[in-house]
Amino acid sequence: MPNGNSNGSGDSAVVEAALLRHGGDGTRLMQILREIQEQTGWLSPDILTRVAEGTRLPRGRIEGVAGFYHFFHTEPLGRYRVLWSDNITDRMAGNADLMARMCKKLWLKPGRVSEDGLVSVDTTSCTGLCDQGPALLVNYRPVTRMTAERVDQIVELIRHQTPLAEWPAEFFTVEDNIRRKDALLGADFQPGDALKALKSPQEVLDAVKESGLRGRGGAGFSTGQKWDFCRAALGSGANPAHYVVCNADEGEPGTFKDRVLLSSYADMVFEGMTVSGYVIGAKKGLVYLRGEYRYLLEPLNAVLEKRRAAKLLGQSILGRTGFDFDIEIHMGAGAYVCGEETALLESLEGKRGVPRKRPPFPVTSGYLGQPTAVNNVETLASAALITAKGAAWYKAIGTPKSAGTKILSISGDCERPGIYEYPYGVKVSQVLADCGARDTQACQIAGASGLCVAPNEFGRRIAFEDIPTGGSFMVFDNTRDMFQVARNFAHFFVHESCGFCTPCRVGTTLLANAMDKIDEGHGGEYDINDIWRVIRTLKTASHCGLGQTAGNCVADTLQKFRPSYELRLNVRDFEPAFDLDKALSKMREVTGRDDPGAHFHIAHRKSRAGLGTKAGDPS
Amino acid sequence: MSDPKTFFLDEEEIPFEEGQTIIQAALSAGKFIPHLCYHPEFKPHGSCKLCTVRIDSRTVTTEDGQSVKIPGRAAASCTTPAQEGQHVESEVPEILDLRRTLVQMLLVEGNHYCPSCEKSGKCMLQGLAYDLGVMDPHFPQYFSKREVDASHPDVLLDFNRCILCELCVRASAEVDKKNVFALSGRGNTKHLICNSESGKLGDTNLAATDKAANVCPVGVILHKRHGFEVPYGQRRFDIAPISDNPVQYAPVKEQV
Repeated sequence: MPNGNSNGSGDSAVVEAALLRHGGDGTRLMQILREIQEQTGWLSPDILTRVAEGTRLPRGRIEGVAGFYHFFHTEPLGRYRVLWSDNITDRMAGNADLMARMCKKLWLKPGRVSEDGLVSVDTTSCTGLCDQGPALLVNYRPVTRMTAERVDQIVELIRHQTPLAEWPAEFFTVEDNIRRKDALLGADFQPGDALKALKSPQEVLDAVKESGLRGRGGAGFSTGQKWDFCRAALGSGANPAHYVVCNADEGEPGTFKDRVLLSSYADMVFEGMTVSGYVIGAKKGLVYLRGEYRYLLEPLNAVLEKRRAAKLLGQSILGRTGFDFDIEIHMGAGAYVCGEETALLESLEGKRGVPRKRPPFPVTSGYLGQPTAVNNVETLASAALITAKGAAWYKAIGTPKSAGTKILSISGDCERPGIYEYPYGVKVSQVLADCGARDTQACQIAGASGLCVAPNEFGRRIAFEDIPTGGSFMVFDNTRDMFQVARNFAHFFVHESCGFCTPCRVGTTLLANAMDKIDEGHGGEYDINDIWRVIRTLKTASHCGLGQTAGNCVADTLQKFRPSYELRLNVRDFEPAFDLDKALSKMREVTGRDDPGAHFHIAHRKSRAGLGTKAGDPS
Repeated sequence: MSDPKTFFLDEEEIPFEEGQTIIQAALSAGKFIPHLCYHPEFKPHGSCKLCTVRIDSRTVTTEDGQSVKIPGRAAASCTTPAQEGQHVESEVPEILDLRRTLVQMLLVEGNHYCPSCEKSGKCMLQGLAYDLGVMDPHFPQYFSKREVDASHPDVLLDFNRCILCELCVRASAEVDKKNVFALSGRGNTKHLICNSESGKLGDTNLAATDKAANVCPVGVILHKRHGFEVPYGQRRFDIAPISDNPVQYAPVKEQV
């Protein structure tokens, strides 16, 4: 239980212990800070100074890292930190009203800490529980299926300062919701199956290449080729080595298939990493697990322990001399951008999650500057399966250009949200029929950065050659407002931009502001033109994929769902973003007034011929 | 000696040495490409994106005889290695418009009030804005609240003008070996911080003679007791536009 009011000497012992566990190694800074914060509740200036001394890093570096990640706090945020998942699917399930209810009952404003320092309530980006939302995290443990009743129960538990361990267990139940199994989820796979089938590294590599396996994160790079480049690259410096990294920073809104794979198919994922290590000649594998999945850390470590005991990890795996490989799990701390592989590597090295310049690519210069194969969770599980069952078997599934199966995370307006595994090439319409979607207006495929698909495109296929996806599949029926979907995503990118490059740092904010302006009824053609200009700038000049795709959803909905914008464009020409009525809200709060005379009404202004009506005129 | 390798910048042949990036070769050849975070003495950074260019656009003829231009990839010229025979577009309407938008983005993000700024006339952001023909900030101002730090005896920090180019961060780490500056926050909360528990510059070991104290391209890091020594109207970019002097900081020998 984090203690927001812990005393200095206690903190000091906590810091020393964490530094000792990690040998004062600055590349393990993320883990050091997380472990300290789990004890102290927040990272005080004093703690940051001690960590800087203990790791021999500049203090500014430590503060910079602590300030980068959403789940590190440099200010006390209460003993109970409640974060509501704010994906569009959570919104559709009514999270805004529920959060308002919680805040009202706790006498809180979102983002602020209660006067007694007990609790804070805020929103966070998609927590990967879209099939069982609205969801929230309390002290980084997920609570699913929120209802008004559950809100009231939680408020009581917080008020009575009940430790999390004594909360009803059903609050924390996370379901797999697997609705359709295919080659991977339905496979008869026992731990060790792939490792027992291992031939020479070259033969395994050839099989992976032959299988046609491509990266499941969305980009679709050939896994065999990636491993080949990595295997061929030479380690350098004082500690030459090769590394396998499993990208489990599943942050794309609406994606949760990696959560299920790690919950129920962890052996397959770890075995895929071990196979990869065998091929590229790595002794160490790292899993970068997103902070939202903190609750999986202990179960995953238990799986690793079992595998070590079964000789499937560690020294001389399955008795083969020289086949040494082990896996360690690193936690992220709330940063979508770390799903970008080079930002992930920076984070693994204990730095701010800012994407690197490429080249060099991770296969030649990755973790600690060494050749590194970074693969998605699902890719690695598939690689284990291919090794166990053969390339030809796998190649026969799917389409010629997209071999194998894809696991989709389906959420939104459908009867049966959850996990669906399909051979590549499945039509969007088929998926919609299977999950029980009716009167579907649109699907957002591949997340906030992906593609918004309108009904006339439902004949398209999920495949690298048509609609590639990391797995997110959000369904919107006819009652939904696609403008609000795009506005939600625009705000998502504001929260998740790393801020490195100008176009993304500023452009994402300008885009979200323009969407808000339209939402508030002040938008016109002028603003639509500005939006296009910002989207062009984002796409052309951004440093990484986050910025380049941050405007996609607004662009798609502007083209395919124009009426949802049109009905809000009240202004024929231009209206300034500055809103006088909004500016008066501070004074209304101070004076406690909310009568018509304390407002500057749009309706009132519209009743006049011109624009320049005086503020404060009685309506 | 073999012929020097060359590429084309707006159809003009530019020689380059192996390992040079496009901007390095261009500046050495006396060709200006706008930049803010690039500095010849430091490793290219690639964050401001002002130096974005288009590389290897193609024109194809369709079946019905029409010429269609297929745009090449856009990239920051400071971090993209020059390659033999490459065709680079810089002074073309699309890219110039992009750069104007980027300057406008920087202008609304911070609080840039040129008429009262000590750096007016020698500020690279202002110089580029004039050179690119930016007539207004266009987008709504953030009006973000940023505190001034006057705690250091010799140096003043006015964060209002920070464009997050990280030149001071890099100078302090690489040249001064002091790590006086760092970055914290992310996205639109990203900001410059000082390496001290109080967060104050006065509690760091910065000296006014440090490289970090003399590298700011805008008006954040100012020297106390040295204001307005050269009057407005007689300053560097008042006399000649920024594009007249391709290498703003570099030693003279690079100007072929």
